[in-house]
Amino acid sequence: MSMKIFIPRDAAALAVGADEIAMAFEQVAAKRGLPVEIIRTGSRGLCWLEPMVEVATPGGRIAYGPVSTEDVASVLESMASDGPHALRLGVAEEIPWLKRQTRLTFARCGVIDPRSLDDYRAHGGYKGFERALSLGSEAILNEVTTSGLRGRGGAGFPTGIKWKTVTQAKADRKFIVCNADEGDSGTFADRMIMEGDPFLVIEGMTIAGITVGATKGYIYIRSEYPHAVEAMNAAIVAARRGGCLGDRIGGSAHSFDMEVRVGAGAYVCGEETSLLESLEGRRGIVRAKPPLPAHRGLFGKPTVINNVLSFAAIPFILAEGAKTYADFGMGRSRGTMPIQLAGNLRYGGLFETAFGVTLGELVDDIGGGTFTGRPVRAVQVGGPLGAYFPRALFDTPFDYEAFAARDGLIGHGGIVVFDDSVDMRRQARFAMEFCAIESCGKCTPCRIGSTRGVETIEKIINGERVSENLALVEDLCNTMKLGSLCALGGFTPYPVLSALKHFREDFAPIPTTLQAAE
Amino acid sequence: MTAVFELWDETRGMEIIAEHASQEGATLVILHALQEAFGYVPEAAIPMVAQALNLSRAEVHGVFTFYHDFRHKPAGRHVLKLCRAEACQAAGGDALAARAEAKLGVTLGNTTADDRVTLEPIYCLGLCATAPSAMLDGRLIGRLDETRIDALVAEAQR
Repeated sequence: MSMKIFIPRDAAALAVGADEIAMAFEQVAAKRGLPVEIIRTGSRGLCWLEPMVEVATPGGRIAYGPVSTEDVASVLESMASDGPHALRLGVAEEIPWLKRQTRLTFARCGVIDPRSLDDYRAHGGYKGFERALSLGSEAILNEVTTSGLRGRGGAGFPTGIKWKTVTQAKADRKFIVCNADEGDSGTFADRMIMEGDPFLVIEGMTIAGITVGATKGYIYIRSEYPHAVEAMNAAIVAARRGGCLGDRIGGSAHSFDMEVRVGAGAYVCGEETSLLESLEGRRGIVRAKPPLPAHRGLFGKPTVINNVLSFAAIPFILAEGAKTYADFGMGRSRGTMPIQLAGNLRYGGLFETAFGVTLGELVDDIGGGTFTGRPVRAVQVGGPLGAYFPRALFDTPFDYEAFAARDGLIGHGGIVVFDDSVDMRRQARFAMEFCAIESCGKCTPCRIGSTRGVETIEKIINGERVSENLALVEDLCNTMKLGSLCALGGFTPYPVLSALKHFREDFAPIPTTLQAAE
Repeated sequence: MTAVFELWDETRGMEIIAEHASQEGATLVILHALQEAFGYVPEAAIPMVAQALNLSRAEVHGVFTFYHDFRHKPAGRHVLKLCRAEACQAAGGDALAARAEAKLGVTLGNTTADDRVTLEPIYCLGLCATAPSAMLDGRLIGRLDETRIDALVAEAQR
C-alpha cells in the first residue's frame, strides 16, 4: 500500500517552498522505489512550521516541519520506518498550539483535499445544508439569530438580522455576495479558508441563498490572492458537477449558483457598498447609507453581503445547532473567532478560539513573543484601521465590546506585533498615508483629511511646532472619525490617536526611545 | 518565468471584449481580460469597451484609473512586488524595500531604465505570519531576509 503524504498548497506554504518540497518527495520516493500518494491540502495554520508535511499512520497523521528540500530524504526515511527525526512533531492534532484551539470553522482546513467534494462530504460537509433544507427559511433564520453570529468582517452586525431583512424584502431578484476582499494587513483567514476548504464557503453562501430566496451569488476576491481565486473557481466547478450548485440543488426545489469576481487592487472595495459598486463594474466609490444593501444592494436588489468567515461559520451552526455555537464566547461575542497572529511573532498563524481570550495570552503565550527576541512594544489589532495597543492593555479580552471600550476594534481578527524598535510616529504617518492612497475620494474628511494628516505628522517628525501640530492632528482625527462616510476615513484615526495616546514619548521633539536606539 | 503577452491588436481586443460583454457589470472583468492578454490596457481599447457596454468613454476611463492594478503601458519584463503593509513592516520589511530600491536604482512604483524590472509596493499578500513577503511574476516568496531579497533582485534582473 502506498504511503499517504499530505503537503499544503496554501499560499503561505508555497511562499516558503511547499511546491519544491512536494516535487522532492516524489523524486526521492521514486528513486527509492517507495510507493507514495501525495495529497495537497490547505494549511493547518502553524505558519512558523511551514512547510509542514504529514504522513498517514494507523495512529493518526504524523507531522514534520519546517521541512526544507535537504530534509526530504531523511524525513521520508523516518516516515517509512516510523523512526525518529529532528523535525518530527508527533500527531498533528496533538501539537499543543493546535490542540488548545477550538476549531469550528477551520476544522477541515489543512486536513482535507480542497479540490475534492467527496473529501469535503466525508468530513461532515453539506450536513448543515441538509439540515437547512429540512428546516426551511424561518427556522434557519432563527438558528442563525440564536447562534449570536456577528459579521466577521469587522463591523460585527448580527448576521441573523441582516438575513431576515433580505428575506422580508420583496423583489424579483435577490443576491448573495461574499466579501473576500481581505485587504487588512495581518489578516489571512479568508485566504486560508478559500484555499483550504472552499466548499465550506460555497455551502455557507448556498444556505444563505435558500434562506432569503436568492438564486445567484458572487464572491468578490482581491486580485492579490490568485491562489484563492483558483481554488474557489475549481471548487465551484466541482460543486456544480456534484449537483451542489445549479438547478434543484441536492434534489431540492431550490436553485443557486455563484461566480467569482476578481478585484483590482483597491483596499476600499472591502467596504461593502464600494464592493457592490465594483461588482457592478464601476469605480469603487462608497455609497451613502441608507438605503442598506439588504434593501437595495447589488444592481439595486436586496442583497446579503457578508464576509467569508461569516458564511464559513454557517454550516457548523446549522449542522450542530445554534446553541452549540453560542455556548462558546463571552458577552455579546458568541462562538469562535479565527484569530490571525502576525508580524514579529515567534509562533504566528491561524488560531481559532472562543471569544474572551486576552490580548496578552495571544501575544506572549500563544504567539511566544517576538522572533527578534526583543520586547513587544506595540500590537495593532484589526488591520490598518485598528488601534495600536501597548502592553498595559494586554488584559483586554478578545471581544467586540471590550476592544471598543478601549478605543480599539477587533476588526477581522488580525494581530500584528511590533518589537521595541518600532517608531510610532512612522506608524501614525503610515496610517494616514495608506488612507490617502486608498481613499475613494467621495467624502472630504477622508480624501483631504488623510493628506493633511500625512503633512502634519511629517511636521511633527521634523520637530516643527510639535505641540500645536499634535493638537491639530487630534482635531483632524475627530473630524475624520465623525465626518467620514465609511470605515476607511472613519477608522484611520484609531491607529493615529492610539499611537498618540499610548506612545506619546515617540512624539516628543526628541523621542527618548529613538535616542536609545541610535 | 516571464509572462508572454500578445501585441495589441484591435481585432483581438474586440474578440476579448465580446467574450465578456454580456456579463452583468462586465467592466472590470473586461479590463482584467485585456490586461491579461496584452500586459496592459491600451488606450485604444477604452472607447471600444465603452461602446460594447453602452457606457461613456469617461466612465470606462474612470474605472480604469480608479484601480491600482490596471496599467496604461506595459510593465518591465519582470514585476517584483514587495509587501509594504504593517505585518511586513513589523518583520523588517522597510529595510528590505530600501535595499531592493538601492540595488535596482529605482524607487517603488517604477521600472528600471533597461525595462527589465518593475518594482511595486503591494498592500498585503496575506502572508503575514511568514513575513516579510514578496511576489515575483506571480510567484510568492516569504520569510525574506537580505540574502533572499538579493537573490530575488538578481533573478529579476536576469
